[in-house]
Amino acid sequence: MNEILYETPQTLESAVALLAGASGQARVLAGGTDLLIQMRAGRVMPGLLVDIKGIPEMTAIVAESGGFRFGAAATCMELIEHEAFAKEWPGVTDAVKLIGSIQVKGRATVGGNLCNASPAADSVPALIAAGAVARIVGPGGKREARVEDIPVGPGKTSLADGEIVISFYLPPRSARSGDAYLRFTPRTEMDIAVVGAGVNLTLDETGICNQARVSLGAVAERALLVPEAAAALIGTKVDDDALQRLAAAASAACRPIADKRGTREFRIEVAGVLARRAAGIALDRARRNS
Amino acid sequence: MDAKVIKQEGQTLKIVGTSPVRPDGTPKVTGLARYGADFALPGMLWGAILRSPHAHARIRAIDTSKARALPGVKAVITAEDFPEQKFEFVGPERVAVNFWHMTRNVMAREKVLYEGHAVAAVAATSKAIAEEALRLIEVDYEPLPHVIDVDAAMQPDAPLLFEDMITRGIDPPPGKPSNIAKRIEFNIGDLDAGFAAADEIVEMSFKTAPVHQGYIEPHACLARFDSNGQGELWSASQGHFVVRAFTARLLNMNIGDVLVHPAEIGGGFGGKTVIYVEPLAAALSRKSGHPVKIMMSREDVFKATGPTSGSSMTVRIGVKKDGTLVAADGVFKFQAGAFPGSPVMNATMCGFAPYDIPNVRSVGYDVVSNRPKSAAYRAPGSPISAFAVESVMDAVAARIGMDPLKFRLLNACKTGTPTVWGPKHAHDGYAETIKAVLAHPAYAAPLGKNQGRGVASGFWFNNGGESSATVHVNEDGTVVVATGSMDIGGSRASMAIMAAETLGIEYDDVRAIVADTASIGYTHVTGGSRVTFATGIAVVEACKKVIVELCARAAMIWKLEPGEVVWENGCAKPAGAAAGKFEPMPLKAVAAKRALTGGPIGAEASVNAGGAAPGFATELCDVEVDPETGSVKILRFVVAQDVGRAIHRSYVEGQLEGGVVQGIGWALNEAYIYDDAGHLLNAGFLDYRIPVASDLPMIETVLVEVPNPNHPYGVKGAGEVNIVPAMAAVANAINNAISRRLTDLPMSPPKVLAAIHSGRKG
Repeated sequence: MNEILYETPQTLESAVALLAGASGQARVLAGGTDLLIQMRAGRVMPGLLVDIKGIPEMTAIVAESGGFRFGAAATCMELIEHEAFAKEWPGVTDAVKLIGSIQVKGRATVGGNLCNASPAADSVPALIAAGAVARIVGPGGKREARVEDIPVGPGKTSLADGEIVISFYLPPRSARSGDAYLRFTPRTEMDIAVVGAGVNLTLDETGICNQARVSLGAVAERALLVPEAAAALIGTKVDDDALQRLAAAASAACRPIADKRGTREFRIEVAGVLARRAAGIALDRARRNS
Repeated sequence: MDAKVIKQEGQTLKIVGTSPVRPDGTPKVTGLARYGADFALPGMLWGAILRSPHAHARIRAIDTSKARALPGVKAVITAEDFPEQKFEFVGPERVAVNFWHMTRNVMAREKVLYEGHAVAAVAATSKAIAEEALRLIEVDYEPLPHVIDVDAAMQPDAPLLFEDMITRGIDPPPGKPSNIAKRIEFNIGDLDAGFAAADEIVEMSFKTAPVHQGYIEPHACLARFDSNGQGELWSASQGHFVVRAFTARLLNMNIGDVLVHPAEIGGGFGGKTVIYVEPLAAALSRKSGHPVKIMMSREDVFKATGPTSGSSMTVRIGVKKDGTLVAADGVFKFQAGAFPGSPVMNATMCGFAPYDIPNVRSVGYDVVSNRPKSAAYRAPGSPISAFAVESVMDAVAARIGMDPLKFRLLNACKTGTPTVWGPKHAHDGYAETIKAVLAHPAYAAPLGKNQGRGVASGFWFNNGGESSATVHVNEDGTVVVATGSMDIGGSRASMAIMAAETLGIEYDDVRAIVADTASIGYTHVTGGSRVTFATGIAVVEACKKVIVELCARAAMIWKLEPGEVVWENGCAKPAGAAAGKFEPMPLKAVAAKRALTGGPIGAEASVNAGGAAPGFATELCDVEVDPETGSVKILRFVVAQDVGRAIHRSYVEGQLEGGVVQGIGWALNEAYIYDDAGHLLNAGFLDYRIPVASDLPMIETVLVEVPNPNHPYGVKGAGEVNIVPAMAAVANAINNAISRRLTDLPMSPPKVLAAIHSGRKG
């Protein structure tokens, strides 16, 4: 019978101090929709839980320098229901909407989705495509990191011991740009991505794509940023040829496992299909955003 | 008294066929309904079960000493705490039980036969202590080679689950043991001559995955034992009398010493007609002297309770150019799981049952393998063989260029058509379901790109059997109806409706309950679509006895002879020579004078109902297939089922919708996924994908009502046949959409995409 100490710090400093002072295994608790299940299954048995939902900068959603900053412990529903955010970042919002049920989204957080480090996390490819930057605090102070640099493998992140993701910054939405996220699941909801694809692109005044980021989920040990796929779009009008090259590049970047959720061949093929379809939606949004 | 007199020609039914508020609705919606896990008693302990990590292993020894020494642990049990059972199959062959197998399934003896097989159990003062105690039990296993797949299990060199099992049903018996528990064969006509006369013959092979019933409530029970050897159980099951009989048998107790209380049930679909936790909780309670509660986790439910069988099947059908069926041959190999007893016999009987085919052979194999023992699931066996037969029927109709529904109508069975198992069909109803779909607007609706339409039909026996009911009239004119039938599909509503209709009173004046095993006569399980039929007959019989009594009481009040009073529209009424002498006296007025006229008014009836009539269903499915991902979207689904007569209309519609939804899950996504070591990889609802609401269109139901003359209101049964055609309807629709015949369930996106890429055409 092991005891669990549960703490609710109100400041970043005290949260960092609690984690730094822990003798045994300590875990950050946000929504708990992954952690509590892992604890019940006996996969993790932390001696200390640091619930960070009481820390103001970790739950706020604010405009900053023309973009948005949202706390890593803001709930998915708070993000979804933030109209200004959803208007600027429909692809990120679509990804967050796909996580669990409404009830689960009432607890779950994007910070948790990232730090749980599942290769199939829905919000992560969308954030990577969006160019999101995470702000991190730890014993060594604050630092910033691109989202694609945080997950390194199933259940593993590049965060050092005692580090906490505070918030995410999304840059200003430029004119003629749009993002989209699609995932493939056997069911329409309450499911885990077999493949996920996020695309964020910007058109110039003549309709030629001049910036693009493409990210894939569930096709490698972590969500991938795929510059080759983005390159297939840049300099084109995102026509059928470009979309086919994007699909081929996306499929080529996959290095999936075969598991209970899908075969390797299926994931590789469908990754291309979804990247192409997501790019089509992002293109449509970009054209309407002028 | 003759049950048939109630339905009088020209008399319209007032309540039967309506949809009043269901009696179980409010407590379920407000969370106050008490399910198996909701009971507690003073001094109660928590039970926990140690389960096998191996798919197949010999148990060399079990050391429970450390667990027993842990403070807070009050009892530890293993198979040694249960008496050995005689090896014999008891009961009708279709549903035979062997207690030698049953006691080994609830607690492993010589061997563990599947991952999750119970090997020991503990009772402790907290859940945490019980879990800790499980970790202290040392089991010395000798792992053995295992086999999961049915075809692999039938190979001559397959690992044997039972080293001495000789296949039953083969004469002379085979000289060597195998995993084939039983072979069955039915024949009519001359198969070779039939195929020789055919203009076209289609043969295909199929595989289906085992699928779980997917009830939301995990198995749970509370048991208490007195030192006088008598015990009580609170358990959610589909038949508390069967829980009582099985538990008493496994614990070597008298049936009269076990009292089982029916808990509210959170779904069963056949899977709760057997016992798992009940004998363990009872044995732990007996040993510890405390009440003991056991609750399964979802993982336990998937690993250790019955799904229905997976299968490997080959079906061959011969037809004349004019569409007349002349011959059919089916070989159905079913996974029984770790112990014999798959529903393959039903499959061999039901597969060709909807059709008038002069020459038929239907062969079944019951095969054990290292996975949980199969349990009943909604029309057990029939949906599996129907998937094969109805897929081939679709191909046959296409081969001769006939509309698939008109082809089925041409060959539809009717009263007098022979069945492969002997008796002739005694009821119509199948053709009416086909006509209902032919006439449905969906059948002529246009289809878009990548879309397809499929149809299929199915048969299920339905059942009657033993049921008991009591009806008591309260002094204010309200009525309590008690039966022994667990209510899994709305039976309290349908019993209250039939009682109100028979007595001529308001539905809201009737309260229907499920009584415990000491308070009502024996009642068989809620299964086989039998309850509204058989228990309904018991309720109507009891009501009729009450009517006789009410007439006698009125006669006493009026000082008439009992024969001078009749019951009409809920009132006693002078008749014959006395006609018109007094105003009709309502039930409420008679009840008010109860004490003055002889005391309590009530009656009971116990029946062994014969005359059950089968269910037929015909279904239409429209799908859209994503050609780039293999994803199948169900656009539309129509189910036409002959229910005889719907007692509670919306409840019956719900049965049809539910069966179809489970069939869609079976068709598209549900499957057990094992690793090479025989471990189940998807023991949860995340990766065992039953459909969610957004996967489905509104299921369109058509209630076909060809009344059963053997029931006072014409009931045939509604719960099961709706699932039978569903997988074939989906497969036929996919074939129509992409010109590819999928023969391997589930038809998951990777398989559909692979079929699209392949050159294989259906």
